[in-house]
Amino acid sequence: MSTPSKPETRAISVDYLARVEGEGNLKVRVRDGEIEITEFGIFEPPRFYEAFLRGRAFSDAPDITARICGICPIAYQMSSVHAMESIFGVKMEGALRELRRLIYCGEWIESHVLHAFLLHLPDFLGYQSAIHMAADHREAVEKALRLKKIGNDIVNLVGGREIHPINVKVGGFYKVPSKRQLEEMVPNLEWALDAAAWAVELTAGLPFPEVEADYEYVSVCHPDEYPFNEGRLVSNKGIDVPACDWNKVFEEVHVARSNALQSKVRERGSYHVGPLARYSLNFEKLSPRVQKLAAAAGLGKTCFNPFKSIVVRCLETVHAVEEALRLIDVYREPARPDVPFTVKAGEGHGATEAPRGMLYHRYRLDDEGYILDAQIAPPTAQSQMSIEDDLRRVLEKYIKLPDDELQWRLEHAVRNYDPCISCATHFLKVEIDRG
Amino acid sequence: MGDAAVVIGVGNPDRGDDGVGPQVLARLQERVPGGVRLVCLAGADPAGIMEAWADAGRVVLVDAMVSGTAPGTITRFDAVAGPLPAGVRLASTHVLGAETAVEMARALGRLPAHLVVYGVEGQRFTAGSALSPAVAAVLPAAVERILEEVGGA
Repeated sequence: MSTPSKPETRAISVDYLARVEGEGNLKVRVRDGEIEITEFGIFEPPRFYEAFLRGRAFSDAPDITARICGICPIAYQMSSVHAMESIFGVKMEGALRELRRLIYCGEWIESHVLHAFLLHLPDFLGYQSAIHMAADHREAVEKALRLKKIGNDIVNLVGGREIHPINVKVGGFYKVPSKRQLEEMVPNLEWALDAAAWAVELTAGLPFPEVEADYEYVSVCHPDEYPFNEGRLVSNKGIDVPACDWNKVFEEVHVARSNALQSKVRERGSYHVGPLARYSLNFEKLSPRVQKLAAAAGLGKTCFNPFKSIVVRCLETVHAVEEALRLIDVYREPARPDVPFTVKAGEGHGATEAPRGMLYHRYRLDDEGYILDAQIAPPTAQSQMSIEDDLRRVLEKYIKLPDDELQWRLEHAVRNYDPCISCATHFLKVEIDRG
Repeated sequence: MGDAAVVIGVGNPDRGDDGVGPQVLARLQERVPGGVRLVCLAGADPAGIMEAWADAGRVVLVDAMVSGTAPGTITRFDAVAGPLPAGVRLASTHVLGAETAVEMARALGRLPAHLVVYGVEGQRFTAGSALSPAVAAVLPAAVERILEEVGGA
């Protein structure tokens, strides 16, 4: 008999066309101890967006795609502008390149802190939500709220506004901040550096299930920098290609049990994008401070325990704060906020690191710069098969638990990935047909 | 925490009825008595909301709501007296609803002495749309009720 769970209906947070009530579905059938996932979908790639970008000007892409996600608009802006710039032969250098990195730091800070502290930590400490947790862990919640706000402040200042920032454009920015405006953030960022290091220590002490999986990690890799905007697509199982080869290495497949498209490595199958992938493929490029904190937290140069993503998010928060301070220090206000370019026809690709993993955009333009064709592969869709693999492991281990406890285990496992809908309190609608 | 009064409007003006908070604030601009501060927030970031009322003793928060009542219904909640009833959520297209911020502040002991929440039941939250007629029609009433709260009627 099937026992549908009753998810509480409350604030769902996917800022996503026609998907404001975004919810994940997991249907499981158990017969004689055999477990089969019959339906699973947690994120629908932005198909509508791909369709209605057609016919729009190249310059509309950053503002339109920023609307796909309320938590990671910068990632959408960055992948789209870099894709367009690759067509026009524009290269971001100097202060403009640094500002692009700075605004990404802001997004990483706000998104990571929101997820690690307000969404993921309650799972580990056994609370239903951050609100329930706040009364007992006041210091942690207060610090997290302040940290997150410091990330918002960066996005606000460089991006023009906090939500769906509007200041990023193909070729640079509409307006650049003054050195003084940036310097005003320094005292807060200095506080944030300590607070983020404290967060690493706190999360490193959580009880972690002893599980590891043989993930294929994929991230953008830059020769000298921890990745944000530039680099090749690299995996621990042999992928090493430029962003323009995304479709040669990966494919988007329609799976019968899900309405959504999922991505897979053409030759192998599931792969995993996000903080664990970035960390494990780019450890050497983290600052000495972050590497030292990682060692103190008991992490090696790679990490294959998905639950420890919470520690890695905090490490990446330290990295983002440290990088923001460095960028502000070296910033010299540029003479103009953008670089000139000539519009031309062509196909362009952009792969950048959203907080929750690599985000790939591809556009084909006509000679007037109108979009003929667009493709967007969001991180959650890229990790979706990997999430499903993890869920299968959780089900095999805990299928005997009562439904509500099992549901919590499953949600915790999904939340390791910080998927775009994880902010909902009970976001996964689980139906278990126990026969 | 002083006696200052603050009216906070939360919402995204580009998402249909989610824009009711900012719209109410725009209409209050000319009419609030001196000393009443108006703060318009695009999203309900808990730290942002707590910062907005940090020095205030009397706070009115106005937001779109989804509770199952008729579109345009205005509901007043005394948020200091207790949590918003189950089933009421303040519309948010952004990560956390304002009720999360309010409950977070309660848990952290950072609620202002007086906090009244005005929820306006919304109907459509489509990207790029204007207020629905039902919500637009009750804007004047919402403005009057909030003015009464802050002593400007």
